[in-house]
This record gives sequence, structure tokens and C-alpha cells, in this order.
Amino acid sequence: MNDLVNQLWLVPALPLLAAGVLALTPRHRRGLAAGLAIGTLALSLVLSVAAWVSTLGATGPDGFRAVRNFPWLTWGDHTLHLGWVLDPLSAVMLVMVSFVGLVIFVYSTGYMAGDENFTRFFGFLSLFAGAMLAVVMANSLVLLFAAWELVGLASYLLIGFWFQKPAAAAAARKAFLTTRVGDLGLFAAMLWLYDATGTLVFFDGGRGCLEAPAVAALAGQTVMGGLTLSAALSLLVLLGAAGKSGQVPLHVWLPDAMEGPTPVSALIHAATMVAAGVFLVARLFPLFAAQPEGASGVPPALQAVAWLGAVTAVFAALIAVAQTDLKRILAYSTVSQLGYMFLGLGVGGVAVGMFHLLTHAFFKALLFLGAGAVIHGCHGEQDIRRLGGLGRLMPVTFATYAVGMMALAGVPLLFSGFWSKEAILHAAHTWPASPGPFYLGLFGALLTAFYMTRQVVFVFFGPYRGEKGAPTQPGKVPHESPPLLTVPLILLAAGAILLGFFGTPAWPGLQAYLEPARVGLTGPDLARLVSAEALKLMALSTAVVLAGLALGWWCYGRRPLTDPTAPDALELAQPGLFRLLRERLRVDELYEATVVRWHTGWAALGDRLDRWVWGGLVLLIQGLTVGLAWLGRALDEFGVNDGFDTACERLRRGGTRLAATATGRLPGYLRGAMAGAAALGLLLLWGGCR
Amino acid sequence: METAFTVLALGMLVAAAAAMSLRNLIHCALCLVGAFGGAAGLFLTLGAEFVAFAQVLVYVGAISILIVFALLLTSTRAVETAQPWVPPRGLGPTVAGLVTGLLLAAVGLSPGLPEKTAATSAVSVQELGRELLTRQAPALLAVGLLLTAALIGAVVVALREPPPTSGKEEPPA
Amino acid sequence: MSPLERALVVSALLFGIGLAGALTRRNAILVLAGIELMLTAVNLNVIAFWRHGGQTASAAGPAFVLFVIAVAAAETAVGLALIIAWFRQRRTVQLDEADTLKG
Repeated sequence: MNDLVNQLWLVPALPLLAAGVLALTPRHRRGLAAGLAIGTLALSLVLSVAAWVSTLGATGPDGFRAVRNFPWLTWGDHTLHLGWVLDPLSAVMLVMVSFVGLVIFVYSTGYMAGDENFTRFFGFLSLFAGAMLAVVMANSLVLLFAAWELVGLASYLLIGFWFQKPAAAAAARKAFLTTRVGDLGLFAAMLWLYDATGTLVFFDGGRGCLEAPAVAALAGQTVMGGLTLSAALSLLVLLGAAGKSGQVPLHVWLPDAMEGPTPVSALIHAATMVAAGVFLVARLFPLFAAQPEGASGVPPALQAVAWLGAVTAVFAALIAVAQTDLKRILAYSTVSQLGYMFLGLGVGGVAVGMFHLLTHAFFKALLFLGAGAVIHGCHGEQDIRRLGGLGRLMPVTFATYAVGMMALAGVPLLFSGFWSKEAILHAAHTWPASPGPFYLGLFGALLTAFYMTRQVVFVFFGPYRGEKGAPTQPGKVPHESPPLLTVPLILLAAGAILLGFFGTPAWPGLQAYLEPARVGLTGPDLARLVSAEALKLMALSTAVVLAGLALGWWCYGRRPLTDPTAPDALELAQPGLFRLLRERLRVDELYEATVVRWHTGWAALGDRLDRWVWGGLVLLIQGLTVGLAWLGRALDEFGVNDGFDTACERLRRGGTRLAATATGRLPGYLRGAMAGAAALGLLLLWGGCR
Repeated sequence: METAFTVLALGMLVAAAAAMSLRNLIHCALCLVGAFGGAAGLFLTLGAEFVAFAQVLVYVGAISILIVFALLLTSTRAVETAQPWVPPRGLGPTVAGLVTGLLLAAVGLSPGLPEKTAATSAVSVQELGRELLTRQAPALLAVGLLLTAALIGAVVVALREPPPTSGKEEPPA
Repeated sequence: MSPLERALVVSALLFGIGLAGALTRRNAILVLAGIELMLTAVNLNVIAFWRHGGQTASAAGPAFVLFVIAVAAAETAVGLALIIAWFRQRRTVQLDEADTLKG
């Protein structure tokens, strides 16, 4: 048991090791690359499951928690600790990430089989998975931040994997820069937190920064405007989480990230990167939920989380309604679902948000991989208007995709998405701060059902519209994917269905596991399921979902689309609104017009300043300097030098003359000596006469 | 006595002047012999017979012969055709005249020079010999040593063969 | 003019002649000869003072002169040897050509 915790570092280390090895592996060793990546991640999965199992059945107010900390850096009397933690939150995330990651790895061997950079791809995937596993189990904000940035780096590398495509390179850059904006907040929060508490370790036997004493101290301080220090830190952390998880207004990178290979999209949007933001909030939830002594109501940080999530959920769902790119619709749905997760965290706590994160991980990975299968089968076609009728041609894909779609839309009872969304809506309904998020969530659910219906109808129903209605050539007909692609789909579909039953109101096992302090686990109790309030809510959300499905069918399913260029049904009804939505609410354009233009303006101003003011100043100084130099030179040349030269010249001439007397000739010396003697004699005589 | 002194003195001075001014080096050497001889005569008139003999032996005999040999060894032609005087030409005589004038002035201006000379008998050679070998014995020994050293030194210096002419002048070691 | 003064004048003149020769002649041997004349003048001076100075009984004067003669002989011998050696080196005895000492 303890050994297991001590060896937990192997879970992220193995994929990272594989990444390191693969970086040095020759390109043609494809089998080695795939085997190494999948093997190490499978080992990580085994370890994760073992760790998870060991946490089951633990009791206590916080459930099971084992930490292992070690000093990393010591300077002066400061010591920076790193470490990892095994608690329900990290255990369940470890299992989820490694399982979904493994499925996606297997899928990638089939999907990327034709790519010449297969080896590099698996190296990046391993890096990504390892970094994400490190994020999940980190017990120190420093370690978490490092792994967090590693995730960012890996996502950059993977989104830009096909960097030959300008769009992919631009998308990678955009993702990197946009998430950097959020990371700045996280970084500031980290520094501030260290300044305030002196430690960045989360759990350290009562001394960690997320444990009661530290949190109480943080909540007791006020920074400005009545905002507690813990709330300020939380908002900064939320900025980082929003950047990573694609929340409004930092969501713009996420749809563009679809330029990466589809397994990457699945990995990023389902299991790992975007979940990191949600996980971060969940991990730092004590900080978000901290209240000063005696205060009541909802903490402001949680309110911000809830509202951010709710707004994002609706905002992204609206955009998704009008998109035509298969993967882009999924991308916006991801943003929307991430909004739900934040909403869940904000209104219902860790368990609610994490429940949706887990279910979403499965069904969104399923949807992406299904979309990948569709794209694979249709030779790279991603425009849903040019697809169609694939239900007959690709039955397995269709079936699994339908499961994912229904889970996402929240079709009642059988699908996990229903239960997790239900939990969020339930929590939002009882949220004391405001009823707004609840209605937004309901509206989002309606939209979700609508656009998913639209997508499925476009892709799988009606006639096939690719190749101008001439699907007769062999090799051009869409075909079912090989088992290497479909088996992962089936696995994920099973997960997407089954996972929901771990969190139903009748038996809230997951909630009890994650938050034993708040949800007492009892035996299955159908009575809770059919209690009046829960039933009422379930009926409401079911009605909403069904309405969305029906609306979608009514708009698109009645008259199957035959012409790919025909206008959308909604476009006919509301052309202006639809165009706005199709153009993604013009957020990119807004940024172009504001942030980018602002930057450009500042840059231009800086340029002007540089060119005229500073440049002029520099020129002035330069002129002064040059003038002074001239003056000095003139002084030197005509004053000092000439004087010196003259003196030297005279000295030299005098020396020459003196030297001329030193002829080295004896007669001259003799004469000199004698003249001297004569002079001496004269002196003597003169003295004698006186 | 005074006549003899005057004649000898005049002869000696003329011979000396000739020795210092003639162009023909052999003539110079001969005149030098005359000058030395005159000096010896003057010594005689002054009553220093032994000194006069020594003068004759050393100067008139040895040194004059040495000078003649040296002149013959070093000159391809006896008569100097080139400029015999060191330029600037007037400087040497001027300095010499100045010094001479000083000496003469000193002679003339010196007070208390004895006017009359006591008629004395000259010191005999015997007395001189005793003097030299008693009171002056150390000096005599030193002079003997000096002369020996000078002899050997002169031989060594003059014997030294010149190094193969390299165009570069080397002072003789 | 007393005999002493006469002798002193003669010796002064002889000294002057020797000095003039030593200062003007280019030939090193004659310069040496001039120096010998000067020494002779000195000897003459010494003898004159001995003879007319009232100390005739002493033999110091002639002894002194003898020493001077001996030293002069040694000097002349070494000097001439040097001149010979120099002549071998430079093929000249012209004194103003001896300027190796010039810095």
C-alpha cells in the first residue's frame, strides 16, 4: 500500500520515459514506437488502477489521502517541496486519463498508420499523456505548474503536428499563446500563494496550502474591495484554468486546435488538456470555497466559476449550432461541456464537476474517434454537408457515434451524460446565489441536443453527397473502418453508457467517493431517485432534451439534404443570426479588432516614439557627443598635441644637437677636456688674484 | 750657462713645434728626437745629469724608435697627403694657446718664486741610487711591475691577430 | 727674469706646443708624441723647481722625474701597441675615424 504510493511517480514517468526514448528513435521504427508508447501507458494504467483500488473503501472526512513529499530546492531558509498525492480525485483522474489515453493510443496506430512521422507522433502523445498524469498526481503547485506547461508544450507540438499546413502551424501558435495568457494568472497566483503561505505543497499533514489552517488564514485576509486573499488567488487560478479549458473569452484556440490529427483532438478535448483546467479548479477547490469566519452565502470565487461556466456553455453551444465542420462542431460542444463542468464545480462542488468531466471524457473521446473514423472512411472530408448516408455504409461507427451523441445530448436514463448533466442542473437549481446559471444550463442542454441531432442527421442520414453524387468508383466509396479503429469506439461507448450509473441520485457512488464529507454513501436507494424534487427536475431536463432532439429532426431530418450547397434550414429562417453564429459570434474578429489592434496600435505608438522621440533624443545625444568629440579632438590636435609635439620636437632637436657633440671622436673629447681644464685654471687664477 | 740654456730651449721649442706641425711623418719623428734631445740638454743645464741620461736613453732612444717603427708600420706613405688636421682646424691651437697663456700667467703672477739660485753641487748618481733604493724603493718596485705589465700588455695587444674581416668593426679584446 | 721663471716659461711653451699637436693632429701616433712632449715639459718643470727651489740636497726631484719617464715609457709602449692593433683592425690611424664610442 505504502509502496504503491511511493512508486506512484512511475505512472507519469513511464510515458515520459517513452517520450524521451522515442525522441531518439529512428523514424522507421514504427512498431517500436507504437509498442513502447502503448506498453508504457498500459503499465501506467495498471498502476493507476491498482492505486485507485487501494483508495476504495477508505473512510474519514476526506477519504483516503496519501502523500509523498520531498525537498526539491533549498535556498536560504526556504525549501521548495515537490511531491505527489494519491486521493480519490487524483486516483480517478489517473485511471480516466490513462484509460482514455490508452484507447486513443491504440486508435492512433490505425489512424496514423499512413503518416511518415508516426514515430514522432507517438513520442508527442507519450509526452502529452505523461505530462497530464503528472498534473493529476502533483501535490505541489510547482510540480503541477511544470507539468501543466509541459501539457501546453505537448499540445502545441501535437496541434501543429502537420506543421506543413499553415493553418495547423497558426492554430498551434494560437493555442500556445492563448493558454499562456491564462498561465500568467496561474503563475501569479503561485507566486502570491507562496508569498502568503510559504508553501506550495497542497497536502502536508496540516501544513499544506490547501489544508484548513492555511486556507483559513488566506480567507481571513482581505486584499481590496472586500475580496479575500483566497478569492483573489482563486480568480487568478481560474484565469489559468479558463485558458487551459477553453472558457470564454479564452476559448478561441480550442476550435482551431482541430487542425491537429483527430486522435490529438480526442486526447486534448476529451481526456487531458481541457480537463486539466477543470481538474485544477477541483484540486484547488478548498481555496475557491474558502470563506472568512462567519461569512455566509456563496464564495465569490465559486460564483465566478459558476457564471463563467454557464455563460461558456451557452455561448459555445450557440456557435456550434451553425458550424459545418464535423470536428469544429465537436470542438464547440467541448467548450460548452467544459462550461458545464465549471458550472458544476461552481454550484455543486468537486464531485458534480468531476462526474461530468469523467463522463464527458468518455463520450467526447468516443465522438472524436468516431468523427476520426468518419473522416478516415471518407478520405479526409470534414464538411458535414458533403457527408451523409453513412449510417448504412459504416454501421459500427454509426452505432457508437449515436451512443456518444445521445450521451452528450443527455438522453435520459441510459446514457452517462444524462446523469452527470442532471447532477449539475440539480445543483444549479438549488444554488442559493442566483437562478441564472440554471436557466442558462437548461438552454444549453436544449442547444446541445439540437446541434448534435443536426450533426448526426447530416452525417449519417440521407444520401451520400460527396463527390457530386458519384460514389461508384472503387476506393472512393466511404467504408467501414478496420477493427483497430472500431474496437476503441466500442470500448468507449460501453464506458459512455456504464459510467453514468456510478453517479445517479439513487446510488451516488462517485460523489461519495470523491467527497465523503458531503455525501454519505449508503446502499442503493431508489426512493431518492423518485423523490418529488429530483423527479421534477429530471422530467424538466428530459423534456428540454427531447425538445432539442425533435427540433433538430424537424429542421433537418424531415427533408434529407441532397444538395451540399443548399442553405441551412436555420439560415432560411434567421439569416443574420445564423451568419453571426457561423462566424463564431465573431470573437476572433473581436480580438482582431480589439486585442490585436490594440497591440498594433501600441506597437505603432512605440514605433513612433522610438522613431521620433527616442530616436530624436538619441540623435541629439549623438550630435552632442559628436560635437564634444570634435571639440576634444580640436583641443587635442591643436592644443595638446601641437604643444606637446612642439615641445617634443624641440627636445628632440636639442638632443640631436647634444648628440652631435658626442661624436665618439677622440680629438673632440680631448679638446673638450682641455677647454674644461683651461676654464678650471682660469677660475683658479681668478680666485688666486683676488 | 744662461746662453746654453737659451739656445737649447729655443732649439727644443722649434724642434717640438716642427714635430707637431710638419706633414712628413718621418720628419716629424726626427724633429721629435731633436726636441727630446734638447730637453735632455736642458736637464743637464739644470744639473740633473742622471735624468738627462735617462731622457736620452728612454726618449731619444727607445720611444723615438718606437714611434718611428709605429709610423712605418701604419703608413703606406711617409707623407700625409690627406688632411693632417682634425677639423675644425683652429680649435686645437686656440685651446692650446689658452692653456699655455694660463700657465704663463700663472708663472708670471706667482708670488714668492725664488729669485736667486744657490750654487749647489748636483746630486750624485750614488745619492740618487741610494734614494731610489731606500726611500723610494716601493715606488721603484711598483714602476718595475708597471713596466713589466706594460711590456707584456703591449706585446699581447700588438700580437693579437685581427679576426677575419667581417666588415663589422670589433674593438680588440 | 730669474732662471726658474725662464725654465718655467720654456716648459710652459713646450707643454703648449705638445698640447696643440695632440689636439690638432689626426695621426694618432703624433698625438701620442704630443703627449710625450707634454710629459717632457712636466719633467722640465719638476727639475726646474728642484734645481731652483732650494732643496737641491734631496734626490726626490730627479727620482720623481725618473718615475715619470718610466711611466711615460710604459704608456707609450702600450699606446703604440694599441694603435698598431687598431690599425690592423681598421687600416687607419686617423684619430677622427675612431668613432665607435659614438652612441
